[in-house]
Amino acid sequence: MSLGVPLSWLSEGVANHELWAIVLRTLQVSGTALAVSALIGIPLGTALALTRFGARRWIVALVYTGMGFPPVVVGLSVYLLLSRQGPLGGLEWLFTPSAMVIAQVVIALPLVAGLTMGAVESVDPDVRLLLRALGASPVQEALGLVAEARQGVVASLVAGFGGIISEVGAAMLVGGNVEGSTRVLSTAIVLETRQGAFGMALALGGVLLALTFLVNLMLMRLQGTPWWSKG
Amino acid sequence: MSAPCYELHDVRKAYGGKTVLAVDHLVVHQGETLAIVGPNGAGKTTLLRVLNFLEQADQGRIWFEGSLVPYPAPLHLRRRITTVFQRTVLLHRSVRDNVAYGLGLRGEHDERRVDQVLRHVGIEHLASMPAQQLSGGEAQRLALARALALRPDVLLLDEPTANLDPPNVAAIEAIIGDLPLQDGITIVLVTHNLFQARRLADRVAMLLGGRLVEVAETARFFAGPEDPRAAAFVRGEMIY
Ligand SMILES: Nc1ncnc2c1ncn2[C@@H]1O[C@H](COP(=O)(O)OP(=O)(O)O)[C@@H](O)[C@H]1O
Ligand SMILES: [Mg+2]
Repeated sequence: MSLGVPLSWLSEGVANHELWAIVLRTLQVSGTALAVSALIGIPLGTALALTRFGARRWIVALVYTGMGFPPVVVGLSVYLLLSRQGPLGGLEWLFTPSAMVIAQVVIALPLVAGLTMGAVESVDPDVRLLLRALGASPVQEALGLVAEARQGVVASLVAGFGGIISEVGAAMLVGGNVEGSTRVLSTAIVLETRQGAFGMALALGGVLLALTFLVNLMLMRLQGTPWWSKG
Repeated sequence: MSAPCYELHDVRKAYGGKTVLAVDHLVVHQGETLAIVGPNGAGKTTLLRVLNFLEQADQGRIWFEGSLVPYPAPLHLRRRITTVFQRTVLLHRSVRDNVAYGLGLRGEHDERRVDQVLRHVGIEHLASMPAQQLSGGEAQRLALARALALRPDVLLLDEPTANLDPPNVAAIEAIIGDLPLQDGITIVLVTHNLFQARRLADRVAMLLGGRLVEVAETARFFAGPEDPRAAAFVRGEMIY
């Protein structure tokens, strides 16, 4: 098969309204899941790095387990949770983008929290003393340490995003790959491949790669001097 | 007479069952420069951490300007005190942002103050450099500038010229020596350099095994300390 096939598919795809809808939906679902994971995972990871309390060991073990959890098992659990007979069946979220966001948060949150914890823990312990001596309140101290760990914290977001934007098992199970509603890039690739449309599948793969690359470039901008912890 | 800057009573600190600080009584007067001398492991750094309220003593009481200080100490009190640490720690930011950091924590954004202290310590030409790229002498000047920017009432200096070459030692001593004249600041200077203590301090205290064995006016301390161990230390003899 020549390279001309995927390229022609791609040029057709660019004009294709559904392709752009899929790209946008992919960004919406995974972007929301990453935002939620960051909002919970960065403070959680920081707290786990900086405090010592009884239940900490168990939470850390849970986070580490979550970091290596098979996405398809996450999908199955969320499916059972949201299915008609499940405890959250009343929400009627199964096969909606909301269900996909939930599954993706469960996948990304442990990655963000666990890697943030490691990054904050590896900051020179004397920095903590320095921040206090400069007059940091406890909250300012935590922000200052996250700022010092920003390379690793951003890496945790990159890992979390990478883990969900390309993920297919959970997205398929809880989203259902419904055209015009829950079809995202990864599930679309599976569908096209199954139908023998390898050119389109490859083109979509290229789009997925480009998208991941662009988002990572944006995330890396956060590694510069942080505006949110000027002190 | 106003209350002393610090008054310590029976302050003790142990690490892993080993007592490293056992100060029965210590007064630090307002506006004085008090040098703390003593061999490695004497507890000098631990004493400074306690004085900056960064670490809780296991027992004992500390008065600051006549008021008993609880632990954790209130933020507004902690913000009147700062330490230049023995090992220089620089934030991963520019030189200027390092100096501005403590002011920022107080919600102050005073560019002129930052420029002023950078000039004061002679590193204004390095302002936009990443702090991590500074040499040892420059880094130590930055650490001093970062503390001075806060206009602290109490400045705790932990061996501020250790590991520096003579020109840098002289420059930093000159800056420290001028501070009391300008600001009426109280300085506690930890040093293992007896000559430095002699040049800069109003009084000298000697720590040995966590205990104060001698506290005296600088001239008297060097003329003839009462404690035999302090006398041996002044003569440059080994003590344990
Ligand atoms: N955070 C700590 N944990 C355990 N031991 C410590 C700690 N800080 C200091 N020590 C011990 O306390 C003693 C006094 O240390 P320090 O105050 O640093 O002495 P100095 O500054 O006079 O050299 C040393 O034996 C040191 O090993
Ligand atoms: Mg020390």
